[in-house]
Amino acid sequence: MQYRHRIGPVTHVFNDLRELMAKATPARSGDVLAGVAAKSAEERVAAQMCLADLPLSTFLNEALIPYEGDEVTRLIVDRHDADAFAPIRALTVGGFRDWLLSDQVDSETLKKLAAGVTPEMAAAVSKLMRNQDLILAARKCNVVTRFRNTLGLPERLAVRLQPNHPTDDARGIAASILDGLLYGCGDAVIGINPASEDPTKLAQLWRMLDELIRRFEIPTQSCVLTHVTRQLDAISAGEPLDLIFQSIAGSEAANRSFGIDLALLREAHSAALSLKRGTVGDDVMYFETGQGSALSANAHHGVDQQTMETRAYAVAREFRPLLVNTVVGFIGPEYLYDGKQIIRAGLEDHFCGKLMGLPMGVDVCYTNHAEADQDDMDTLLTLLGAAGVNYIMGVPGADDIMLNYQSTSFHDALYLREVLGLKRAPEFEVWLEKMRLTDHTGKLADGSASLALPALRKFTDDSAA
Amino acid sequence: MNKPPVLIDQWSDLRRYTAARIALGRTGASLPVNEVLEFALAHAQARDAVHTPLDVEALTAQLELHETEVLQIRSRAQDRATYLSRPDWGRRLDDESAKKLAESQNKNADVLFVLSDGLSSSAVQKHAAPLLNALRPLLANYQWAPLLIATQARVALADEAGELLGARLVISLIGERPGLSSPDSLGAYLTFNPRIGRNDSERNCISNIRPEGLDYAEAARQIAELIHAALKLSLTGVNLRLDPTLPTLSAM
Repeated sequence: MQYRHRIGPVTHVFNDLRELMAKATPARSGDVLAGVAAKSAEERVAAQMCLADLPLSTFLNEALIPYEGDEVTRLIVDRHDADAFAPIRALTVGGFRDWLLSDQVDSETLKKLAAGVTPEMAAAVSKLMRNQDLILAARKCNVVTRFRNTLGLPERLAVRLQPNHPTDDARGIAASILDGLLYGCGDAVIGINPASEDPTKLAQLWRMLDELIRRFEIPTQSCVLTHVTRQLDAISAGEPLDLIFQSIAGSEAANRSFGIDLALLREAHSAALSLKRGTVGDDVMYFETGQGSALSANAHHGVDQQTMETRAYAVAREFRPLLVNTVVGFIGPEYLYDGKQIIRAGLEDHFCGKLMGLPMGVDVCYTNHAEADQDDMDTLLTLLGAAGVNYIMGVPGADDIMLNYQSTSFHDALYLREVLGLKRAPEFEVWLEKMRLTDHTGKLADGSASLALPALRKFTDDSAA
Repeated sequence: MNKPPVLIDQWSDLRRYTAARIALGRTGASLPVNEVLEFALAHAQARDAVHTPLDVEALTAQLELHETEVLQIRSRAQDRATYLSRPDWGRRLDDESAKKLAESQNKNADVLFVLSDGLSSSAVQKHAAPLLNALRPLLANYQWAPLLIATQARVALADEAGELLGARLVISLIGERPGLSSPDSLGAYLTFNPRIGRNDSERNCISNIRPEGLDYAEAARQIAELIHAALKLSLTGVNLRLDPTLPTLSAM
């Protein structure tokens, strides 16, 4: 179906819903690369005005990627909860934006709504929202998840401790973990991106993390972020896995390029549940996403990259994840060119994920060929703190020496806590105080004086090389 | 001068286990100023590696010392900003370069080297000539095409160049995406029977070539070994095995 919007003497015509959505998207390099972006600034606003008048229910009748050929579309349609959708059934996309920001809508309303919001609805409304709208509306969404601690409570911020090493050297990884723990980080997960795919080396990493968490009784969970098939093999081999990780995307073809489909994720989810390793909950999945991944796999079906990203969230919510994060600036400037585009995308992803009921974290990050620097990351970090992000990454000195990109650091987390008064996950907070790593207010103690330092140092020295 | 109130972390000795930026210390919640500046310097060097134009004349002069024919070619990306946002244009030759190669008299060689700025001009500026010096004695039995210096170039630009020159095997020596601790890392991508549209699973890659990483002699040895195997078996990519008893080589 064609969509039209008239501005003065010019009638802007959009040939289908895909085109309307793409052209209403705030500017970014990936949509230009895909050839779907608005051709002028006026055309973009015309598309936004046209989209604002579109009934939300349109998205229930018109699929951007055909139902027959894509299992992600089938998941979106088949899982849509009409009762949850009822409060917004009669709204337009523009009306939905005003409704979200109104005083009558609070955390409880949005929690009940989540299953009624399709990815395309979330994407559409976000395209009409300014950065401050994305922050305010996301702040109303509380998504709480549990495994060995409680994540996502209001006024709290967790950190994934990311102790990567270019050759997976166990002592090198342990040294970065020690650094992170002494800086009060690691409540979201201690998660290693391995350089190797060798099952023997991977098994060493799972065992090391398991030993660490047991020996020091840390209320957190571990993850080794390798392909899901290798994690399933490891579970069969009896290795101690807490969470199952996988990168996911918004179309069947894009997921196939990652070597996965929904059936494989279902198998992984039930395998992880069968281990029953959680103590306060059984949210066992960890997903990563990022705008541009579908286009880079040539599996975007002419759909803009932000809408494709939200479709990945439909995949994620099928499996009740503990953690989901968008790796927003990792993919490079051909998808998100500069700090401005990365900041906008980070806020969109966080808002859309939260609106759909996901425990969103954000990897606030950039590569050296993007037009971005630490100042841009400070800005996005602060905005996400204000928006109530569930967790961020903690990389020593913000410099990931394995993945060769810049993320957020242990110090960045301290900064955000201080400026916004954000606490850690409650169970982790208790543990830090018990280990005298923080005082009773949660303020970091001098790590060098900590009673934990000698034992953690011994753990590091003893880790197999 | 008074000593500023910086907390020193007493575990900096653990840096012997990792190059990660651990035990940085802090003032309040924040990094000490020296660490802020160290980071800024590393980022500045990485940015310069991306944005400083390759000095084509200097590199040409260096290569011509060996009486090799050197041709200069360009991609369809006109400038750095376009190059960074349009990888598709960086994979195709501009019209003038395509014409130059089509008209070349030196065709159907065994090996063609394309020296590309990629994402780090400093990598190719510093390492391409010494790496080629290390490679020459190892590849003396093959017929070499003219050396090509390519600007605003992606890996796949070498496919079109190789196709136009009828080369059996093309080796793209290209500046890799710079990391904070490695602003000048060179990569070598090998593609047998190059033609437009080859995908990454049809290539083999050796990366991190620089004196602090994979040094010239070892890199040359590994590249030569791949070249021997590729020309013998008439293929590159995931199916190229140097030794059938070893696992498949990783491809980029």
